[in-house]
Amino acid sequence: MSSVSMTVNGKAVSSDVEGRTLLVDLLRGPLGLTGTHVGCDTSQCGACVVHVNGEAVKACTMFAVEADGAEVTTIEGMADGDDLHPIQEAFREHHGLQCGFCTPGMIMSAAALLKENPKPTEDEVRHYLEGNICRCTGYHNIVKAIMAASGQDVSAIAAE
Amino acid sequence: MSVAKPLPHDAARLHVTGQARYVDDIPLPANALHLAFGLSTIAYGKITHIDLSKVRAVPGVIAVLTADDFDHHVDVSPSPSPEPLLAEGTVHFVGQPIFLVVAESHLAARKAARLGQVEYEELPAILSLEDALAADSRFEDGPRVYAAGDAEAAIAGASNTLEGQIDVAGQEHFYLEGQAATALPQDDGGFIVYSSSQHPTEIQHKVAHALGLPMSDVRCEVRRMGGGFGGKESQGNHLAVACALAARLTGRACTMRYDRDDDMVVTGKRHDFQIKYRVGFADDGRISGLEFIQLCRAGWSMDLTLPVADRAMLHADNAYFLPDIRIESHRLRTNTQSNTAFRGFGGPQGMVGVERVMDHVAHELGMDPVEVRKRNFYAKVGKPPQSTPYGMPVEDFILHEMTERLEATSDYHARRAAVREWNADNRYLKKGIALTPVKFGISFTLTHLNQAGALVHVYQDGSIALNHGGTEMGQGLFQKVAQVAASRFGVDMSRVKITATDTGKVPNTSATAASSGSDLNGMAVKAACDTIRDRLASFVAERAQADPKSVVFKDGHVEVGGDRIPFDDVVTDAYMNRISLSATGFYKTPKIVWDRIKGEGRPFFYFAYGAAVTEVVIDTLTGENRILRADILHDCGASLNPAIDVGQIEGGYVQGAGWLTTEELVWDDKGRLLTHAPSTYKIPACSDRPDVFNVALWEGENSEETIYRSKAVGEPPLMLGISALMALSDAAAACGDKYPDLQSPATAEQVFNAVQRAGS
Repeated sequence: MSSVSMTVNGKAVSSDVEGRTLLVDLLRGPLGLTGTHVGCDTSQCGACVVHVNGEAVKACTMFAVEADGAEVTTIEGMADGDDLHPIQEAFREHHGLQCGFCTPGMIMSAAALLKENPKPTEDEVRHYLEGNICRCTGYHNIVKAIMAASGQDVSAIAAE
Repeated sequence: MSVAKPLPHDAARLHVTGQARYVDDIPLPANALHLAFGLSTIAYGKITHIDLSKVRAVPGVIAVLTADDFDHHVDVSPSPSPEPLLAEGTVHFVGQPIFLVVAESHLAARKAARLGQVEYEELPAILSLEDALAADSRFEDGPRVYAAGDAEAAIAGASNTLEGQIDVAGQEHFYLEGQAATALPQDDGGFIVYSSSQHPTEIQHKVAHALGLPMSDVRCEVRRMGGGFGGKESQGNHLAVACALAARLTGRACTMRYDRDDDMVVTGKRHDFQIKYRVGFADDGRISGLEFIQLCRAGWSMDLTLPVADRAMLHADNAYFLPDIRIESHRLRTNTQSNTAFRGFGGPQGMVGVERVMDHVAHELGMDPVEVRKRNFYAKVGKPPQSTPYGMPVEDFILHEMTERLEATSDYHARRAAVREWNADNRYLKKGIALTPVKFGISFTLTHLNQAGALVHVYQDGSIALNHGGTEMGQGLFQKVAQVAASRFGVDMSRVKITATDTGKVPNTSATAASSGSDLNGMAVKAACDTIRDRLASFVAERAQADPKSVVFKDGHVEVGGDRIPFDDVVTDAYMNRISLSATGFYKTPKIVWDRIKGEGRPFFYFAYGAAVTEVVIDTLTGENRILRADILHDCGASLNPAIDVGQIEGGYVQGAGWLTTEELVWDDKGRLLTHAPSTYKIPACSDRPDVFNVALWEGENSEETIYRSKAVGEPPLMLGISALMALSDAAAACGDKYPDLQSPATAEQVFNAVQRAGS
């Protein structure tokens, strides 16, 4: 066991973990942050995306000890109290979710995209989200939500 | 009124903030245990020896169980045919659970489960449909046959005949949330089970049976699933039963979730089919006689195969009047995963068969396939209805009008001409376009399942708690049904509290399946609400000396005899006057009668319709392909929530197109599934969706009396994806004179092969 300390959603936390403990297991287990989901266990579906030092990371492919000393943001840290983050609000408003299981990872990926590319094209959004799988929506409203969150006009993206 | 509004999903806020809880997110007691299965590594054979000493030696392992540890057969089958929780002496597929590990952590359980030493006497496994047919390895005594008229004579007398065959792919559900369950032992010997299940009553039933308890001692709760698609209708039984048995053994809470690879290896998938056809047709494209032979892969156990295969037969006509038809269905038993329900439940497979026939006939005659399809459509509403092969008159057929509208809005004919021109100018890339219709029967074919219950409480402050037998898997059922409740009481949605599906509140629920969730539960909730509403109306009417029928519930108020009283005040007053503010509701679908042995009757209350135009481009050198554009017109009747319905249509189309194109399941010659992770099994990704995607709802209402005249929407849109397969066939056909005989899934390899055949 080794001790790790990090800042998660603005709060200093520390925990004893095994060397093999994955970041996602630390978040979901001892820290109780179950909004980060495990979909495929193998770093492909994107349901576990969180931010580590501002970068989007699949938390099931990173050891907890690798995040020692890092600033970690999970889906639970995106809203400001009762005020949703603009991307969260856009997913809700534009029906960018159905079963909701992929949603936290989608939002965290989208946030990373908009940070590096504040006004992406639809093609850029689709390309960026290739590492996030959704089985319900057909992605249409997810793309629309991200375009809306970036402040772009989505009226031309077919009807709801 | 709340109905018909495009309101967001009821849990949208919880989802976007990560607060929504799935089974694996529910906090557990500190001493909870975790479970994992040890799996068979061969496809068929007798277990000669099991050594689990290494499993037991792993730190944290509390118990390891095999079938021998139970004094009775522990059954997890959803059908009358038995299916053991753990292999009883013989294994029937690679991935069958043999032993159960109970450990202090998920990781310890999984690690230990890999260390079992199992020796087998291997037996010859049946892996292909051909081998199963040759060995007469099947469920039921022989093939089931549904027929109308005299197909053989009609084909013999036709001026043209064709025969052919198409492989119809299986499909992995890939619900994003894997199977999961938790069992909590109670002080009185009973159990609470949390399950990611479309069928809480089945979980309750199987757990009670396994424990030798009455069903009343087991309560199953399901708040939501992270996707289901049919894969959680029966496949969650193993986990729930295992958790309950281990919980009783240890007296501790037990939880289990499959690792994704295990989930894909253990659980059943969409039934793959091989469909052979022989068709006679006139020079104008009209089909005179048609014979289908459907080979259906059940896998090793019966599960839901019989009704799945029945539904494939019931959709062998799709939208076409075929008075002389014979459908022969073989339910073949193989040493592979036991295939199960998957969105459409056999209907899509049956439909692919007849759409393939339309495509083939059109190619033979050099006609536009849309013309062949339209020529064979059932009679439109207003003309004498024509009957399906199973003797049900089609009285609500709106596809003539829908197809005409879609041809116009998608600019089909001009684009088809443009595709032809483009293909003439391009040697290596070829485009294709196709329009296919959907007519899907709504109701469970097992008639007794077409019932639902609801429980509605109005509290003394006017807030409303809603419960019903349907489960939420992302399809928006809870929101739609809550909209119904709010509309009945004339109150804002914020007054309606949606609660988890719970067998302790509403008993004897049917699976949330067959697209029936909102039809059945919406009506049951309406009945419960109306009972309370009628009591309130009588109460206020009596005081106002008015007719109870004149009382109006609207905009948060109750209008009676010229007065307008806030709903909350009426409720408080009613409570003070000892009026019951709680009611159950019940609904059973009318008009349906079905004899599945004879293949006769009215299995469906009504049909849901849709049509799609898909345009694709293929690279003839590699078979690579893309969907360029999809235009959809779909019939939801009078939609309860247009935003949710459009979401179902978009998602259904993409899932259907994925099924028939990129989603390929591959087993090796030992029966091992090679595509057991998203690295090798390719479901559509964000960049795969059509570049242009136009979805519109048909404006009409259900001709039958459903909840607010809406129509079921869960499954039908999946079959719009068939247009993608037919568009690829059209593109391949541009590479030569021969019929390309495209098989599914139309992977790049299959498209390439089809291109070769067309030009050979």
